[in-house]
Amino acid sequence: MSFEQVLLMRNELVLVIAMLIVLAAEIFLSGNNRKLVIPIAVGAFAIATIIAWFPQPEGVIFGGMYQTDTLRQIMKNVLNIGVLLIFIQSMPWLRKPEQNFQMSEFYLIIIATLIGMGFMISSGDFLMFYLGLETATIPVAALAAYDKGKRKSAEAGIKLILSSALSSGILLYGLSMIYGTTGSIYFHEVANAWGNTPLQMLAVVFFMSGMFFKLSIVPFHFWTADVYEGAPVLVTSYLSVISKAAAAFIFMIILFKVFPTSIELWKNVLYALTIITITLGNIFAIRQKNMKRFLAFSSIAQAGFILLGIIGGNAMGMTAVVYFALIYIFSNLAAFGVVAAISNVTGKEYMNDYDGLYRTNPKLSLVMMLALFSLAGIPPVAGFFGKFFLFMAAAKSGYYILVLIAVINTIVSLYYYLLVVKAMFVNKNEHPIAWFKSDWATRIALIASVLGIIAVGLISHIWEYINAFSFGI
Amino acid sequence: MIAGIPLTHFLIVSTIMFFIGIYGFMVRKNLITMLMSIELILNSVNINFVVFNKYLYPHQLHGHFFSIFVIAVAAAEAAVAIAIIINVYRRFNSIDVEQASDMKY
Repeated sequence: MSFEQVLLMRNELVLVIAMLIVLAAEIFLSGNNRKLVIPIAVGAFAIATIIAWFPQPEGVIFGGMYQTDTLRQIMKNVLNIGVLLIFIQSMPWLRKPEQNFQMSEFYLIIIATLIGMGFMISSGDFLMFYLGLETATIPVAALAAYDKGKRKSAEAGIKLILSSALSSGILLYGLSMIYGTTGSIYFHEVANAWGNTPLQMLAVVFFMSGMFFKLSIVPFHFWTADVYEGAPVLVTSYLSVISKAAAAFIFMIILFKVFPTSIELWKNVLYALTIITITLGNIFAIRQKNMKRFLAFSSIAQAGFILLGIIGGNAMGMTAVVYFALIYIFSNLAAFGVVAAISNVTGKEYMNDYDGLYRTNPKLSLVMMLALFSLAGIPPVAGFFGKFFLFMAAAKSGYYILVLIAVINTIVSLYYYLLVVKAMFVNKNEHPIAWFKSDWATRIALIASVLGIIAVGLISHIWEYINAFSFGI
Repeated sequence: MIAGIPLTHFLIVSTIMFFIGIYGFMVRKNLITMLMSIELILNSVNINFVVFNKYLYPHQLHGHFFSIFVIAVAAAEAAVAIAIIINVYRRFNSIDVEQASDMKY
């Protein structure tokens, strides 16, 4: 294997180097210098993100286990941008004295899971896919239990690790059936040998249920709300945005590349689950009072919208999913950024704490409002375009009734998103959250998110760029 | 292949193990026992992989490799899970799932 071939894994290699830098900083810095770990880690990761943007040749290595092309590179870049925003937001939180100087672990674990996601997205066979999936899920459980002293955090960690282990067990059982019936674990060989026998149908169902756990599609969503509420805010935003986007990407790639002939099976499954997921996610979100739980259920509903792009099986759907993921990262991270900033300073996480926020913290309220408008899909902001293209992709394949149900649900979702806006702008409160000046890191992250929310929708080059590389069945 | 034991017998054993694992995960209240149930599921997958490889595709090694990786990942998973279970025990003084339910719908 030559040097050029090794360089095909550039994204992952750079992330490994960033991880080693954080590790070395953790070892060699001591005493008062310990806090330097934070800027070093964020800086190293920012450089890694920039390096990953350079154009890269396409290719296959390790005998087909690892493959990369421009579309997968775009997907990884989308994830990198999201993680960079989370890292910037995490700086004030990790500096707080009650974190007991455990700072580097946060960065190490997140970069490790990101490496796993890179390998998962680039996988060319089921073994690499499985290893990447596990690398991306197991450490996240440790992250969810990051607040060692808090009961809720420990509970979130155990709920996450047990349910994700169960789901990967179910997924593996499906993979073993795929291997037994086709005699191969490589994607292209499995696709060639695919015959839609009953056992293979069962294998697809097992595989899909495992993936639905990771995507938190109803009826596999029971861990979501508890884990999101118990975990620290930034871990919640990581789980709801990055993990979900990575799982959606690889799920889509495998359905399109390996199981295209089973489309009659999986489109029916997706059809039913899309309706259930969007509807139930919305209904549960309406009655939530805790902001993190509220955003958790809204993210369940958003995952249902992502399925709309997958169900059509066309190239436009693939573009729409990647594009929507990019927009979703910006809008959800802006919303979580505001929640994190308020929770950092005051420790308040409930919706009625936000009453009258506009009077005391107008800028934060405006950011939150834009983020919620984007999540709901109100025209001037990017969220509208993301949802619009997802609906277009589904309609292109003839799912008009499904799109109609989704549109109705968008209106329902507007109700609960506007509840928060109403709390901030209209509701009167004797003791609103006092004015506070957020630190520069939070401000940078929020400004970047807001710019993303506005710009990604208006600049059509982004859509065209992604569209040039996507493929259908 | 193995002295007159047909493939289906192995598959029956692995299927039974899989569903015992699922049942145990649903029914048991002890976190360690739930973890053991997951190990049962993963081991049933290992049996499947090895047996398919041995009986149907003896000229290649994909199944064996896959089962080795599954064993390794299961060990990592158990390590993280047990670390979290210890933390749960410190916070709740119990490793019963009924106790660890501060958050509910």
